[in-house]
Amino acid sequence: MNRAVITGLGVAAPNGLGVDAYWSATLAGVSGIGRITRFDPSGYPAVLAGEVPGFDPAAHLGPRLLPQTDHMTRLALVASDAALADAAVVPQRLHEYAMGVVTASSSGGFEFGQRELEKLWSGGPQQVSAYQSYAWFYAVNTGQISIRHGMRGPSGVVVADQAGGLEAVAHARRRIRRNTRLVLTGGVDGSICPWGWVAQLAGGRLSGRDDPGTAYLPFDARACGHVPGEGGAILVAEDLDCARERGARQVYAEIAGYASTFDPAPATGRGPALRRAVQLALADAGLRPADIDVVFADAAGVPALDRSEADAISAVFGPGAVPVTAPKTMTGRLYSGGAPLCP
Amino acid sequence: MSTLTMTDLTKLLRACAGDAEHADLDGDVLDETFADLGYDSLALLELSGQIKQRYGVALPDDAARVTATPRQFLALVNSLS
Repeated sequence: MNRAVITGLGVAAPNGLGVDAYWSATLAGVSGIGRITRFDPSGYPAVLAGEVPGFDPAAHLGPRLLPQTDHMTRLALVASDAALADAAVVPQRLHEYAMGVVTASSSGGFEFGQRELEKLWSGGPQQVSAYQSYAWFYAVNTGQISIRHGMRGPSGVVVADQAGGLEAVAHARRRIRRNTRLVLTGGVDGSICPWGWVAQLAGGRLSGRDDPGTAYLPFDARACGHVPGEGGAILVAEDLDCARERGARQVYAEIAGYASTFDPAPATGRGPALRRAVQLALADAGLRPADIDVVFADAAGVPALDRSEADAISAVFGPGAVPVTAPKTMTGRLYSGGAPLCP
Repeated sequence: MSTLTMTDLTKLLRACAGDAEHADLDGDVLDETFADLGYDSLALLELSGQIKQRYGVALPDDAARVTATPRQFLALVNSLS
Protein backbone atom coordinates (compact mmCIF):
# COMPACT_ATOMS: atom_id res chain seq x y z
CA MET A 1 0.00 0.00 0.00
CA ASN A 2 1.23 3.50 -0.84
CA ARG A 3 2.54 5.42 2.14
CA ALA A 4 1.40 9.04 2.46
CA VAL A 5 3.99 11.48 3.76
CA ILE A 6 4.14 15.23 4.32
CA THR A 7 6.85 16.98 2.31
CA GLY A 8 5.85 20.64 2.38
CA LEU A 9 4.32 23.09 4.84
CA GLY A 10 2.53 26.39 4.29
CA VAL A 11 1.35 28.34 7.32
CA ALA A 12 -0.83 31.37 7.91
CA ALA A 13 -1.20 31.76 11.67
CA PRO A 14 -2.16 34.64 13.95
CA ASN A 15 1.25 34.43 15.61
CA GLY A 16 3.19 34.23 12.36
CA LEU A 17 2.72 34.29 8.60
CA GLY A 18 4.98 31.58 7.20
CA VAL A 19 6.46 28.49 8.82
CA ASP A 20 9.54 30.20 10.25
CA ALA A 21 7.65 33.10 11.85
CA TYR A 22 5.02 30.74 13.25
CA TRP A 23 7.51 28.25 14.61
CA SER A 24 9.69 30.91 16.28
CA ALA A 25 6.61 32.46 17.89
CA THR A 26 5.38 29.06 19.06
CA LEU A 27 8.71 28.13 20.63
CA ALA A 28 8.92 31.53 22.31
CA GLY A 29 5.32 31.37 23.55
CA VAL A 30 4.31 34.47 21.59
CA SER A 31 0.55 34.81 21.23
CA GLY A 32 -1.27 36.26 18.26
CA ILE A 33 -4.48 36.97 20.16
CA GLY A 34 -5.58 40.57 20.48
CA ARG A 35 -8.49 42.96 20.11
CA ILE A 36 -10.23 42.54 16.77
CA THR A 37 -9.10 44.96 14.06
CA ARG A 38 -10.92 43.54 11.02
CA PHE A 39 -14.10 45.21 12.27
CA ASP A 40 -15.04 47.32 15.29
CA PRO A 41 -15.99 44.80 18.00
CA SER A 42 -17.34 47.45 20.41
CA GLY A 43 -20.78 46.40 21.50
CA TYR A 44 -20.18 42.69 20.96
CA PRO A 45 -19.87 40.40 23.99
CA ALA A 46 -16.56 39.01 22.66
CA VAL A 47 -13.82 41.33 21.38
CA LEU A 48 -10.69 39.17 21.02
CA ALA A 49 -9.48 37.09 18.07
CA GLY A 50 -6.31 35.79 16.51
CA GLU A 51 -5.70 37.71 13.27
CA VAL A 52 -2.89 36.91 10.83
CA PRO A 53 -0.43 39.80 11.03
CA GLY A 54 1.17 41.68 8.15
CA PHE A 55 -0.79 40.05 5.35
CA ASP A 56 -0.79 42.07 2.13
CA PRO A 57 -2.81 40.07 -0.42
CA ALA A 58 -1.82 42.28 -3.35
CA ALA A 59 1.83 41.46 -2.69
CA HIS A 60 1.16 37.73 -3.13
CA LEU A 61 -1.77 37.38 -5.51
CA GLY A 62 -2.42 38.80 -8.97
CA PRO A 63 -5.01 41.54 -9.50
CA ARG A 64 -7.54 39.17 -11.12
CA LEU A 65 -7.89 37.15 -7.92
CA LEU A 66 -8.55 40.01 -5.55
CA PRO A 67 -12.13 40.90 -6.61
CA GLN A 68 -13.18 37.24 -6.46
CA THR A 69 -11.69 36.01 -3.17
CA ASP A 70 -12.56 36.20 0.50
CA HIS A 71 -9.81 36.98 2.99
CA MET A 72 -9.55 33.34 4.13
CA THR A 73 -9.18 32.13 0.53
CA ARG A 74 -6.34 34.59 -0.02
CA LEU A 75 -4.62 33.19 3.08
CA ALA A 76 -5.18 29.65 1.78
CA LEU A 77 -3.71 30.49 -1.64
CA VAL A 78 -0.61 32.04 -0.11
CA ALA A 79 -0.22 29.01 2.19
CA SER A 80 -0.55 26.67 -0.79
CA ASP A 81 2.17 28.57 -2.67
CA ALA A 82 4.41 28.33 0.38
CA ALA A 83 3.77 24.61 0.85
CA LEU A 84 4.71 23.81 -2.74
CA ALA A 85 7.80 26.01 -2.55
CA ASP A 86 8.82 24.32 0.70
CA ALA A 87 8.44 20.89 -0.89
CA ALA A 88 10.22 22.15 -4.04
CA VAL A 89 7.36 20.80 -6.12
CA VAL A 90 6.80 22.42 -9.50
CA PRO A 91 3.23 21.40 -10.44
CA GLN A 92 3.81 22.07 -14.13
CA ARG A 93 6.30 19.20 -14.17
CA LEU A 94 3.74 16.67 -12.92
CA HIS A 95 0.69 15.31 -14.69
CA GLU A 96 -2.31 17.50 -13.89
CA TYR A 97 -4.49 14.50 -13.03
CA ALA A 98 -1.84 13.07 -10.69
CA MET A 99 -2.36 15.94 -8.26
CA GLY A 100 -5.46 16.65 -6.15
CA VAL A 101 -6.64 19.15 -3.56
CA VAL A 102 -8.56 18.22 -0.39
CA THR A 103 -9.23 20.99 2.12
CA ALA A 104 -11.56 21.46 5.06
CA SER A 105 -13.82 24.40 5.74
CA SER A 106 -16.19 25.26 8.56
CA SER A 107 -17.89 28.36 7.25
CA GLY A 108 -16.76 29.53 3.82
CA GLY A 109 -16.12 33.15 2.86
CA PHE A 110 -18.32 35.02 5.33
CA GLU A 111 -16.69 38.43 5.01
CA PHE A 112 -17.16 38.42 1.24
CA GLY A 113 -20.69 37.07 1.66
CA GLN A 114 -21.63 39.73 4.19
CA ARG A 115 -20.50 42.50 1.82
CA GLU A 116 -22.58 41.09 -1.02
CA LEU A 117 -25.63 40.53 1.23
CA GLU A 118 -25.38 44.18 2.27
CA LYS A 119 -25.42 45.14 -1.41
CA LEU A 120 -28.44 42.90 -1.93
CA TRP A 121 -30.41 44.53 0.87
CA SER A 122 -29.44 48.10 0.03
CA GLY A 123 -29.28 48.03 -3.75
CA GLY A 124 -31.02 44.90 -4.98
CA PRO A 125 -29.86 41.77 -6.81
CA GLN A 126 -28.22 43.74 -9.63
CA GLN A 127 -25.62 45.05 -7.19
CA VAL A 128 -24.42 41.62 -6.09
CA SER A 129 -21.08 40.50 -7.49
CA ALA A 130 -21.15 37.53 -9.84
CA TYR A 131 -18.20 36.23 -7.81
CA GLN A 132 -20.50 35.73 -4.82
CA SER A 133 -21.60 32.56 -6.63
CA TYR A 134 -18.48 30.80 -5.35
CA ALA A 135 -16.46 33.20 -3.18
CA TRP A 136 -18.57 32.40 -0.10
CA PHE A 137 -18.68 28.67 -0.73
CA TYR A 138 -17.16 25.98 1.48
CA ALA A 139 -15.37 24.39 -1.45
CA VAL A 140 -13.85 27.63 -2.70
CA ASN A 141 -10.36 27.08 -1.27
CA THR A 142 -10.08 23.67 -2.89
CA GLY A 143 -11.30 25.13 -6.18
CA GLN A 144 -9.05 28.17 -6.20
CA ILE A 145 -5.97 26.16 -5.16
CA SER A 146 -6.76 23.60 -7.86
CA ILE A 147 -7.05 26.31 -10.54
CA ARG A 148 -3.96 28.18 -9.39
CA HIS A 149 -1.69 25.14 -9.55
CA GLY A 150 -3.37 23.22 -12.35
CA MET A 151 -4.26 20.26 -10.13
CA ARG A 152 -7.12 18.33 -11.69
CA GLY A 153 -6.89 14.98 -9.94
CA PRO A 154 -9.30 13.72 -7.24
CA SER A 155 -10.29 16.67 -5.08
CA GLY A 156 -12.86 17.57 -2.50
CA VAL A 157 -13.79 19.50 0.60
CA VAL A 158 -14.69 18.33 4.09
CA VAL A 159 -17.20 20.63 5.78
CA ALA A 160 -16.54 20.36 9.49
CA ASP A 161 -15.19 22.25 12.46
CA GLN A 162 -12.03 21.27 14.36
CA ALA A 163 -12.03 17.66 13.19
CA GLY A 164 -12.36 18.84 9.58
CA GLY A 165 -8.67 19.52 9.16
CA LEU A 166 -7.89 15.97 10.31
CA GLU A 167 -10.55 14.50 8.04
CA ALA A 168 -9.09 16.36 5.06
CA VAL A 169 -5.59 15.00 5.74
CA ALA A 170 -7.04 11.51 6.20
CA HIS A 171 -8.83 11.81 2.89
CA ALA A 172 -5.59 12.93 1.24
CA ARG A 173 -4.04 9.68 2.49
CA ARG A 174 -6.99 7.76 1.06
CA ARG A 175 -6.41 9.38 -2.36
CA ILE A 176 -2.70 8.67 -2.24
CA ARG A 177 -3.39 5.03 -1.40
CA ARG A 178 -5.54 4.98 -4.52
CA ASN A 179 -2.57 6.19 -6.57
CA THR A 180 -2.96 9.94 -6.67
CA ARG A 181 0.64 11.06 -6.53
CA LEU A 182 0.31 14.32 -4.62
CA VAL A 183 -2.49 16.02 -2.67
CA LEU A 184 -2.47 19.56 -1.33
CA THR A 185 -4.43 19.29 1.88
CA GLY A 186 -5.21 20.97 5.20
CA GLY A 187 -7.48 23.84 5.99
CA VAL A 188 -7.54 27.61 6.28
CA ASP A 189 -10.57 29.15 7.95
CA GLY A 190 -11.62 32.51 9.27
CA SER A 191 -14.75 34.58 9.52
CA ILE A 192 -13.78 37.55 11.65
CA CYS A 193 -16.51 39.84 10.39
CA PRO A 194 -19.81 40.86 12.04
CA TRP A 195 -21.84 38.18 10.28
CA GLY A 196 -19.36 35.44 11.12
CA TRP A 197 -19.00 36.78 14.62
CA VAL A 198 -22.69 36.66 15.54
CA ALA A 199 -22.86 33.13 14.13
CA GLN A 200 -20.03 32.11 16.44
CA LEU A 201 -21.54 33.97 19.41
CA ALA A 202 -24.73 31.98 18.92
CA GLY A 203 -22.77 28.81 19.64
CA GLY A 204 -22.28 30.06 23.21
CA ARG A 205 -18.63 29.04 23.52
CA LEU A 206 -16.79 32.30 22.90
CA SER A 207 -14.81 33.77 25.76
CA GLY A 208 -16.17 37.11 26.92
CA ARG A 209 -12.90 38.17 28.56
CA ASP A 210 -10.99 41.08 27.07
CA ASP A 211 -7.55 40.19 28.46
CA PRO A 212 -5.65 38.24 25.77
CA GLY A 213 -3.60 36.49 28.46
CA THR A 214 -6.54 34.86 30.25
CA ALA A 215 -9.33 34.75 27.66
CA TYR A 216 -8.62 31.20 26.41
CA LEU A 217 -7.47 28.88 29.18
CA PRO A 218 -8.25 25.27 28.29
CA PHE A 219 -7.74 22.66 31.03
CA ASP A 220 -7.77 25.44 33.61
CA ALA A 221 -10.22 26.00 36.46
CA ARG A 222 -10.77 29.50 35.01
CA ALA A 223 -11.66 28.19 31.52
CA CYS A 224 -14.55 30.22 30.10
CA GLY A 225 -14.76 29.36 26.42
CA HIS A 226 -12.41 30.03 23.53
CA VAL A 227 -11.05 32.83 21.40
CA PRO A 228 -11.50 32.29 17.64
CA GLY A 229 -8.76 32.91 15.14
CA GLU A 230 -8.18 32.93 11.40
CA GLY A 231 -5.68 30.96 9.34
CA GLY A 232 -4.44 27.39 9.28
CA ALA A 233 -2.03 25.36 7.22
CA ILE A 234 -1.78 23.76 3.79
CA LEU A 235 0.36 20.62 3.54
CA VAL A 236 1.89 18.80 0.61
CA ALA A 237 1.00 15.12 1.01
CA GLU A 238 2.77 12.73 -1.34
CA ASP A 239 3.24 9.09 -2.01
CA LEU A 240 6.54 8.23 -0.31
CA ASP A 241 7.99 6.45 -3.35
CA CYS A 242 7.09 9.37 -5.63
CA ALA A 243 8.63 11.80 -3.17
CA ARG A 244 11.87 9.80 -3.11
CA GLU A 245 11.87 9.42 -6.88
CA ARG A 246 11.77 13.18 -7.43
CA GLY A 247 14.40 13.69 -4.73
CA ALA A 248 12.18 15.50 -2.22
CA ARG A 249 14.38 17.60 0.03
CA GLN A 250 12.57 16.49 3.20
CA VAL A 251 9.94 14.18 4.59
CA TYR A 252 8.47 15.79 7.67
CA ALA A 253 6.06 13.08 8.68
CA GLU A 254 3.99 10.11 7.65
CA ILE A 255 0.21 10.05 7.95
CA ALA A 256 0.45 6.86 9.94
CA GLY A 257 -2.90 6.40 11.62
CA TYR A 258 -6.34 7.91 11.63
CA ALA A 259 -9.82 7.24 12.98
CA SER A 260 -13.01 9.14 13.50
CA THR A 261 -16.00 8.38 15.68
CA PHE A 262 -19.37 9.92 16.42
CA ASP A 263 -20.53 10.66 19.93
CA PRO A 264 -23.80 8.92 20.81
CA ALA A 265 -26.91 11.05 21.04
CA PRO A 266 -27.12 12.85 24.42
CA ALA A 267 -30.25 10.99 25.63
CA THR A 268 -28.66 7.54 25.35
CA GLY A 269 -26.55 7.93 28.47
CA ARG A 270 -23.59 6.30 26.73
CA GLY A 271 -20.26 8.06 27.09
CA PRO A 272 -18.33 10.04 24.48
CA ALA A 273 -16.50 8.22 21.68
CA LEU A 274 -13.23 10.15 21.83
CA ARG A 275 -11.35 7.39 23.64
CA ARG A 276 -12.35 4.93 20.95
CA ALA A 277 -11.17 7.34 18.23
CA VAL A 278 -7.73 7.51 19.84
CA GLN A 279 -7.55 3.73 20.19
CA LEU A 280 -8.66 3.13 16.61
CA ALA A 281 -6.12 5.64 15.30
CA LEU A 282 -3.35 3.90 17.25
CA ALA A 283 -4.49 0.53 15.91
CA ASP A 284 -4.58 1.93 12.37
CA ALA A 285 -0.96 3.04 12.79
CA GLY A 286 0.06 -0.27 14.41
CA LEU A 287 1.30 1.58 17.50
CA ARG A 288 0.83 1.22 21.25
CA PRO A 289 0.07 4.14 23.58
CA ALA A 290 3.64 3.96 24.89
CA ASP A 291 4.94 4.74 21.38
CA ILE A 292 3.34 8.20 21.44
CA ASP A 293 5.62 11.08 22.44
CA VAL A 294 3.13 13.94 22.54
CA VAL A 295 -0.60 14.63 22.26
CA PHE A 296 -1.92 17.84 20.66
CA ALA A 297 -5.19 18.44 22.45
CA ASP A 298 -8.36 19.88 21.02
CA ALA A 299 -8.54 22.10 24.11
CA ALA A 300 -12.11 23.37 23.84
CA GLY A 301 -11.77 25.71 26.81
CA VAL A 302 -15.15 24.57 28.11
CA PRO A 303 -14.71 22.80 31.46
CA ALA A 304 -16.98 19.81 30.73
CA LEU A 305 -15.37 19.24 27.30
CA ASP A 306 -11.86 19.68 28.67
CA ARG A 307 -12.66 17.15 31.38
CA SER A 308 -14.00 14.71 28.83
CA GLU A 309 -10.86 15.07 26.69
CA ALA A 310 -8.54 14.74 29.69
CA ASP A 311 -10.43 11.60 30.74
CA ALA A 312 -10.02 10.05 27.29
CA ILE A 313 -6.29 10.83 27.20
CA SER A 314 -5.77 9.44 30.72
CA ALA A 315 -7.78 6.34 29.93
CA VAL A 316 -5.69 5.50 26.88
CA PHE A 317 -2.23 6.57 28.00
CA GLY A 318 -2.51 6.41 31.78
CA PRO A 319 -2.68 9.42 34.12
CA GLY A 320 0.14 11.89 33.45
CA ALA A 321 1.88 9.41 31.17
CA VAL A 322 2.12 11.44 27.97
CA PRO A 323 2.94 15.14 27.42
CA VAL A 324 -0.13 17.06 26.25
CA THR A 325 0.10 20.43 24.55
CA ALA A 326 -2.25 22.96 22.98
CA PRO A 327 -0.33 25.57 20.97
CA LYS A 328 -3.67 26.86 19.71
CA THR A 329 -3.87 28.89 22.91
CA MET A 330 -1.52 31.26 21.04
CA THR A 331 -3.57 31.44 17.84
CA GLY A 332 -7.14 31.02 19.01
CA ARG A 333 -9.23 28.20 17.66
CA LEU A 334 -8.98 28.16 13.87
CA TYR A 335 -11.87 25.77 13.29
CA SER A 336 -10.99 23.59 10.29
CA GLY A 337 -7.56 25.27 10.10
CA GLY A 338 -6.62 24.25 13.63
CA ALA A 339 -5.63 20.62 13.26
CA PRO A 340 -3.39 21.02 10.17
CA LEU A 341 -1.54 23.87 11.95
CA CYS A 342 -0.93 22.19 15.32
CA PRO A 343 0.84 19.93 15.14
CA MET B 1 -26.09 57.76 -22.54
CA SER B 2 -22.93 58.92 -24.22
CA THR B 3 -20.90 56.39 -26.13
CA LEU B 4 -18.96 53.90 -24.01
CA THR B 5 -15.26 54.22 -24.78
CA MET B 6 -12.32 51.89 -24.29
CA THR B 7 -11.20 54.16 -21.44
CA ASP B 8 -14.54 53.63 -19.68
CA LEU B 9 -14.39 49.90 -20.28
CA THR B 10 -10.84 49.64 -18.95
CA LYS B 11 -11.83 51.46 -15.78
CA LEU B 12 -14.86 49.23 -15.24
CA LEU B 13 -12.93 46.02 -15.90
CA ARG B 14 -10.21 46.98 -13.44
CA ALA B 15 -12.77 47.88 -10.79
CA CYS B 16 -14.99 44.83 -11.04
CA ALA B 17 -12.74 42.01 -12.24
CA GLY B 18 -9.22 43.23 -11.48
CA ASP B 19 -6.44 44.42 -13.76
CA ALA B 20 -5.25 42.16 -16.58
CA GLU B 21 -2.30 40.07 -15.46
CA HIS B 22 -0.58 39.41 -18.76
CA ALA B 23 -1.43 42.52 -20.78
CA ASP B 24 -1.54 46.30 -20.41
CA LEU B 25 -5.14 47.42 -20.77
CA ASP B 26 -3.89 50.92 -21.58
CA GLY B 27 -2.09 49.53 -24.62
CA ASP B 28 -3.64 48.55 -27.91
CA VAL B 29 -5.92 45.74 -26.77
CA LEU B 30 -9.18 46.56 -28.60
CA ASP B 31 -8.86 43.45 -30.75
CA GLU B 32 -7.29 41.11 -28.22
CA THR B 33 -9.69 38.46 -26.98
CA PHE B 34 -10.91 38.70 -23.43
CA ALA B 35 -9.60 35.18 -22.96
CA ASP B 36 -6.10 36.27 -23.97
CA LEU B 37 -6.36 39.21 -21.61
CA GLY B 38 -7.21 36.77 -18.82
CA TYR B 39 -10.92 37.54 -18.39
CA ASP B 40 -13.29 34.57 -18.24
CA SER B 41 -17.04 34.49 -18.74
CA LEU B 42 -17.68 35.31 -15.09
CA ALA B 43 -15.58 38.46 -15.39
CA LEU B 44 -17.71 39.49 -18.37
CA LEU B 45 -20.88 38.70 -16.43
CA GLU B 46 -19.61 40.98 -13.68
CA LEU B 47 -18.83 43.63 -16.30
CA SER B 48 -22.33 43.30 -17.76
CA GLY B 49 -23.78 43.88 -14.29
CA GLN B 50 -21.76 47.07 -13.97
CA ILE B 51 -22.91 48.27 -17.39
CA LYS B 52 -26.52 47.70 -16.34
CA GLN B 53 -26.06 49.53 -13.05
CA ARG B 54 -24.12 52.49 -14.31
CA TYR B 55 -25.54 53.02 -17.77
CA GLY B 56 -28.91 51.28 -17.62
CA VAL B 57 -28.03 49.15 -20.62
CA ALA B 58 -29.21 45.56 -20.24
CA LEU B 59 -26.99 43.18 -22.19
CA PRO B 60 -28.33 39.83 -23.33
CA ASP B 61 -27.37 36.80 -21.23
CA ASP B 62 -25.09 35.49 -23.96
CA ALA B 63 -23.14 38.77 -24.26
CA ALA B 64 -20.01 37.05 -22.95
CA ARG B 65 -20.25 34.39 -25.62
CA VAL B 66 -20.93 36.65 -28.59
CA THR B 67 -18.40 39.39 -27.80
CA ALA B 68 -14.91 37.99 -27.90
CA THR B 69 -12.99 41.28 -27.86
CA PRO B 70 -13.32 44.72 -26.25
CA ARG B 71 -14.16 46.20 -29.69
CA GLN B 72 -17.07 43.79 -30.09
CA PHE B 73 -18.22 44.36 -26.53
CA LEU B 74 -18.20 48.16 -26.96
CA ALA B 75 -20.07 47.84 -30.25
CA LEU B 76 -22.76 45.73 -28.58
CA VAL B 77 -23.20 48.10 -25.63
CA ASN B 78 -23.30 51.18 -27.86
CA SER B 79 -25.78 49.57 -30.25
CA LEU B 80 -28.19 48.99 -27.34
CA SER B 81 -27.89 52.37 -25.64
